[in-house]
Amino acid sequence: MVAQNIFFGILAAIVAISALRMVTTRNIVHAALYLVAVLAGLGALYVLLTAEFVATTQVLVYIGAVMVLFLFGIMLTKAPLGNVMEMTGRQWPLAAVVAALLGGVTIYSLIDRFGSERLNIDGPIYRTADVSDEVFSTYIVPFEAVSVLLLAALIGAIVLARKD
Amino acid sequence: MLLNQFLILGAVLFATGVYGVLARRNGVMVLMSIELMLNAVNINLVAFGVQHGVVSGQVFALFVIAVAAAEVGVGLAIVLLLYRNRTSIDVEDFDLMRG
Repeated sequence: MVAQNIFFGILAAIVAISALRMVTTRNIVHAALYLVAVLAGLGALYVLLTAEFVATTQVLVYIGAVMVLFLFGIMLTKAPLGNVMEMTGRQWPLAAVVAALLGGVTIYSLIDRFGSERLNIDGPIYRTADVSDEVFSTYIVPFEAVSVLLLAALIGAIVLARKD
Repeated sequence: MLLNQFLILGAVLFATGVYGVLARRNGVMVLMSIELMLNAVNINLVAFGVQHGVVSGQVFALFVIAVAAAEVGVGLAIVLLLYRNRTSIDVEDFDLMRG
């Protein structure tokens, strides 16, 4: 119980600080590496929440595939690797106010609604087999729709990005 | 552990992502900040799934991950096309719609 709270604190600190550095750093490759730290920390938090398959998928899809796509995007668009291009626009104070208001209102309403409600850790633990049972029975139609969506996105990306 | 620990972390991540989308000028950075917002949703889904003792939370988190992968693919293709046509991915250069 205490160990879980300690690990949550460490992971949450890693995730929050890396996310803040990601949106404030001036080097775009550093931003991509901070995003890796955020995604890895979230994967560890999924393990803490007994969602092992989501954690595995997070590592495979996000840290594996999506990050490679981002690094390719950074390379192909020849983004300046140093501090050449000013990465943050002039409107950043307004953006900070909007984000702070949004986060403040959300956190206030969460504390107001859920207060100190404890996480239901005595409930059933769903392993990968249970998740796949659910995906291939209750959610079979959305699953097939997602596969068609991925095919459409693949073809769309090829059509958009190929050189004519 | 409290339920609110995870929900507040999700809220902080989401607000950070909103700041990134609004303040950043590089098109690739805007897409990365969108990923941050999608991940904030995922942690809420998994936490509520545990809270209510149902597996649907994990299933929906998986769907969100799949949709996010598709979104990144198409988004980066669009950014690449913008770069090829305008030799810039600074979102402030794309103001054709301004009156």
